[in-house]
Amino acid sequence: MSLDYTLLFKALRPETALVVGALAVLGLDLTALRKLSNAKRLQVAAGLGALALFAAVWLACSGPHGPAFGGVLIFDRFAIATRVGVLSLTLLALGTASVNRSGRHPAEYVAVMLFAAAGFTLMAAAQQLLVGFLALELASLSLYILTGFDKARPESAEAGLKYFLFGGMAAAFLLFGFSLIYGLTGSIELPEIAGRLSTQPPGALLMVALVMVLVAFGFKAAAAPFHLWAPDVYEGAPTASASLIASASKLAGFTLFTRILWTGFYPVAGSVSAMPVSAGWIPAVAAIAGLSMLVGNFGALAQQNVRRLLAYSAIAHSGTLLLGVIATGDYGVGPLFYYAATYGIAAGGAFGVIAVVEATGTCQKITDLAGLHRRSPLLAGCLAIFILSLAGIPPLAGFFGKFSVFASALRLGGLAGPVGWLVVLAIALSALALYYYLIVLKQALVEAPAPAAGRIIVPPFAATTLAAAAVLIVLLGIRPSLILSLF
Amino acid sequence: MNALPCTIYISFTGALLSLAVGRRSPGLARAVALASALTAWGIALFAAFKFVPDAAGPVSLVDYPWIPQMGIRYHLAADGISLTLVVLTGLAATAGVLFSWNVEQRTGEFFAFFLALIGGVYGVFLSADAFLFFVFYEIAIVPKYFLIAIWGSTNREYGAMKLVLYSFAGSALVLAGILWAYAAGGAHSFAVADMAQAAVGFSHGQQVWMFALVFLGFAVLAGMFPFHTWAPTGHVAAPTAASMLLAGVVMKLGAYGCLRVAMPLFPVGFLFWQPMIFWLAVIGIIYAGLIALVQEDFKFVIGYSSVSHMGFVLLGLAAANVRAVSGAVLQMFSHGVIAGLLFAVVGRMVYDRTHTRKLADLRAMSLYKRLPFAATVFVLAGLASMGMPGFSGFPAELTILIGTWQTAPWAAVLAAVGVLVAAAFTLRVIQVSFFGHADTAKAAVDVAPLPPITLAEKCGALLLLGATILIGLKPDLLLELIRPALQTPYFQAVLKGGAL
Repeated sequence: MSLDYTLLFKALRPETALVVGALAVLGLDLTALRKLSNAKRLQVAAGLGALALFAAVWLACSGPHGPAFGGVLIFDRFAIATRVGVLSLTLLALGTASVNRSGRHPAEYVAVMLFAAAGFTLMAAAQQLLVGFLALELASLSLYILTGFDKARPESAEAGLKYFLFGGMAAAFLLFGFSLIYGLTGSIELPEIAGRLSTQPPGALLMVALVMVLVAFGFKAAAAPFHLWAPDVYEGAPTASASLIASASKLAGFTLFTRILWTGFYPVAGSVSAMPVSAGWIPAVAAIAGLSMLVGNFGALAQQNVRRLLAYSAIAHSGTLLLGVIATGDYGVGPLFYYAATYGIAAGGAFGVIAVVEATGTCQKITDLAGLHRRSPLLAGCLAIFILSLAGIPPLAGFFGKFSVFASALRLGGLAGPVGWLVVLAIALSALALYYYLIVLKQALVEAPAPAAGRIIVPPFAATTLAAAAVLIVLLGIRPSLILSLF
Repeated sequence: MNALPCTIYISFTGALLSLAVGRRSPGLARAVALASALTAWGIALFAAFKFVPDAAGPVSLVDYPWIPQMGIRYHLAADGISLTLVVLTGLAATAGVLFSWNVEQRTGEFFAFFLALIGGVYGVFLSADAFLFFVFYEIAIVPKYFLIAIWGSTNREYGAMKLVLYSFAGSALVLAGILWAYAAGGAHSFAVADMAQAAVGFSHGQQVWMFALVFLGFAVLAGMFPFHTWAPTGHVAAPTAASMLLAGVVMKLGAYGCLRVAMPLFPVGFLFWQPMIFWLAVIGIIYAGLIALVQEDFKFVIGYSSVSHMGFVLLGLAAANVRAVSGAVLQMFSHGVIAGLLFAVVGRMVYDRTHTRKLADLRAMSLYKRLPFAATVFVLAGLASMGMPGFSGFPAELTILIGTWQTAPWAAVLAAVGVLVAAAFTLRVIQVSFFGHADTAKAAVDVAPLPPITLAEKCGALLLLGATILIGLKPDLLLELIRPALQTPYFQAVLKGGAL
């Protein structure tokens, strides 16, 4: 194994930029800005944070390609695209955070967001179990803090605790699974694990290890039956944290686990393309996918709270994304990445709109969005684009995401096997999903505002990020090749 | 010809423009909407006059790779069938704008949704790629929800949601069918011609179920029995212009999808289901007609009559010979015009003035005296709807019946009964709504004069009336466009299926 530290340093420049940015935010806040109001400190912190994120995006694009540090990290197109994706989604969440002028400790909040982003970018490139685990934990610990950040509200503390307990449990499962795999194969490098697995027969212990890994994956993706934390966390967490969990964390998680499963475990993938299914991790992923679609869509139908609705919609989308994971082996990561990235933009954007509305009062119930078209046409327009994209209406990006994932999943074996039936289920449920998405839009676009509700002034930074996200959703929907041609 | 794609772009641009200016000046938004609708219609008419049919199939307008990774092309093409429907769309859009001239609440947004819907409809009629077709088809769905939920009347939120969910569920079936065919055909191309070629190699079972998915999905939007119930509820809840568009062009999207995508793609599957489609079409014609006969709400009568008339379109498609199908396309045009006219009279001229649609109330109002223009228009439109010679409904339904006779005489006979039912409910509603006699007691209450019919309404009504009479007197104007299109190789496989 040749260890090239120069190359490693070059490859990790984005992470360096994020950490330096976070330290700068903290340091400046501690020294020069102590006397200023929270709103001013937030502005400076958000500005610095945005700068660090832009620098990281630029460095991630211009970094080296191929494996680095003896294959511990891999910088292929998937990794680089995910790195740019999570950084942009963090920027969107930062725009959301910049709205909350009354929050305490703004610099710490932004700094933890940047640490989380560093975790996401590492997750995108990890090709070794330990680095993957550490990156995942860096991101998760940051997210626990961000979730419980609003100490004044008991809901936030509850959400933080819940997220932490579930997450800690999932991490324990994952680590146990990893240790079993190391014991079975003698390696923590994904390509080597695959090499060993292809020569030895699959045993019961391996299945246990795979199940452990899938539990952690299910938790990270908020897929049923590991989804129970999601509604409470989305509801209780500060809005920007929820945005980050729904968007960047999801994209990074799907990239990491897709890589673990397809690079490390493809010899034991199994298949659900035709009956009878052959054993492996794919049948389990298929089961989780189907369950997530059902739980997510039917759960969302009953929600009165817009955040919980978005949480259940996230669970449903995870189901479809898992279909994309199954199809990745034969037809590439293009559809999966496109779906995860555009879903992140739409979900993060929707939380951004909620945050701006919340700055003028409260925004928990769906009815709190009533009359948004009169209170702020910009917000209403952006929300319509985000929600319709989540619903999968063309020409928005959400439609093509679904379409390409379904197409590649159907190519696996048509309707001959469970994966084809799952596609049919997903298509049928998408008609159901339109109902609850339209309920949200009905409040925002049809109903009149409550008498006390005044106009909403959107702060410039938030307005820019939201508008940019909306434009991206339309642009990527009309020109999907911009992303698909990368892979 | 080459300007035809501009109909799509003009409509979408008009939508954005009217959204932008609507907040400052509703008048400007109206002007923008009228200008876009008229321009697009003008382009459509010009293209129809200049059109030279190509024996090989639809004439390509734009064709470039859109998403090459999946074999999707941005391919627009037109033949006589699409031109007929594009002209209809332009006409319905223009009339719709004229009949919405009195929309005061959120005017800019109203016309934005209206024009976005129209743009989607133009796109569907001009698409030659199944993916593109589907994209435009879905673009046309969502604006309907907002048009009805914001500007509608009776039970509008329920009607809007029901209509949109039915449409979307239908389009989900279509999506499943098309994706299945795409994947089974090797995932090379979404061009309808290529997919049809690949479908030749499918097994009988695959063809049968793919056809069932795609056809049923489209037929929901065409108002096929028993999936028609969204139509009357939606029509009743919708504002006038939206009802006109729904009945006038949106239901045609479904029928057009059946004809353009489902049937040529899966001719074997079509043969399997043909008897079933005959039955559903005939039941729809008679059943919806009978229901229209006993309705107490003026708009419900028209709503169910739409379902009944769309049954004729399905009947023509089921017969699958050139005559019947050309009649079906003519009926699409004719019904689009006539239904638009009927909804305009009921929704705009009568309801906006009397604020009631109950036939019992209208009976007491002696509307023939108080709204003579509306009464005249409605009587003429009613005659057209009954299929009287001289109006477009006559040649259309006659052609369908003659064509159907060649394939399935029994269906033609049963459908002819439907014509009688149509005459019955139309005559009843004319009599009750406009020519009732005022009770002396009630007349005292209703003496307040009704606002006069505006110029915009008159222009819109005359446009539509002119179109139905013109086609009634000279159906060949359209039939000569439609027939050559049906004789191209594109439709050969499926139209040979029925007895020609």
